[in-house]
Amino acid sequence: MSSPESTPCLLQRARWNPYGVGAGIGLLCWAVFYFVDKPLGVTTALTGLAGACASPLVGGDVITANAYFKQHGFKWDYGMLFLGGIGLGGLLSALLARSWRVETVPEVWRARFGPSTARSLGAAFLGGVLIMFGARLADGCTSGNGISGSLQLAVGGWTFFLTLFASGIATCLVLFGRGRKESGS
Amino acid sequence: MSALVSLGAAVPPITGPSALVTAVLLGLVFGFLLHRGGVACHAVIVNQFRFSDFTVLKIMLTAIVVGGIGVLALNSAGLANYHIKAANLLGVVLGGGVFGIGMVVLGYCPGTAIAAAAGGSVHALAGLAGALLGGVLYAFSFPWISAKILPIGALGKVRLPDVTGVPAWVWFAGLAIGAVVIFRLIERHERSSSS
Repeated sequence: MSSPESTPCLLQRARWNPYGVGAGIGLLCWAVFYFVDKPLGVTTALTGLAGACASPLVGGDVITANAYFKQHGFKWDYGMLFLGGIGLGGLLSALLARSWRVETVPEVWRARFGPSTARSLGAAFLGGVLIMFGARLADGCTSGNGISGSLQLAVGGWTFFLTLFASGIATCLVLFGRGRKESGS
Repeated sequence: MSALVSLGAAVPPITGPSALVTAVLLGLVFGFLLHRGGVACHAVIVNQFRFSDFTVLKIMLTAIVVGGIGVLALNSAGLANYHIKAANLLGVVLGGGVFGIGMVVLGYCPGTAIAAAAGGSVHALAGLAGALLGGVLYAFSFPWISAKILPIGALGKVRLPDVTGVPAWVWFAGLAIGAVVIFRLIERHERSSSS
């Protein structure tokens, strides 16, 4: 956090080279397969958390009776702590780069749909419902299927990767139109 | 290092308190990389899908090639197991389709949403709240889905080498060459559109 005049050291640079980051995630996958004997993934653990959060609302007995939550119950296990780690990593990165800032209505969204916070957060909530439902239906998200599945040459992983992109491109065309050069970052 | 060397696929994974520290550390590295890679940024994700930013593709393809070659080597040496998920094709295609819509509407995927929320994004936090509801909705739809959707096109835990007969190392040689070609085309496109 010292000498802001000089070129920032690697830990303070807000953006790293994407190929370097990709290679880093690749190396991380080696470590996860070797040390934990699991693939890298996010939404399996998130399922357990969803059940735990819903439990006081719909009743614990309803959750424990559910066939899917029986397979994916809430535990303070590797997967759950890994999620906590992701949050710590994001926080640490933002603090070191001094890029921590509150974002309510993202720029790209504001440029297309206006400044309404309620509309933006409502869409974010709906989008969240869709990514989780989709990820569970496909048995993995961008991490579990897109990266971990694809790197093992799993047929399901590549199918997910390709459908996700096709669907994302079509959705983007409908929602945001063709890319304008100066929009966004 | 001797403890590391003795760990193999035949040995159970790290357990006890050290396993918990390992889990947090591995997650921390992942979250840090996602955040520094720029994919914990709404614009970067959305702009990938309209081809004005290629960060997501660059990161994912590099991770797949680097990670895949290493995991293949570890597996060949008997040091790591594969963890293949069943390719229930209808479920994967429908799931990927719904996921793609959600990823553009939210502007994050689950992992990047966590990193983004920790970096101050209330938008990503709202998405995570939605994701919890999505998980509950899926759990209650599961009896129907597992009976009607998942069995259709269920190929089992198959890998591309199984269904094509082409060995894994050939796949990775092809993927590595393909990735380099794609990256060169992207870089050329980025240079021409920035000038």
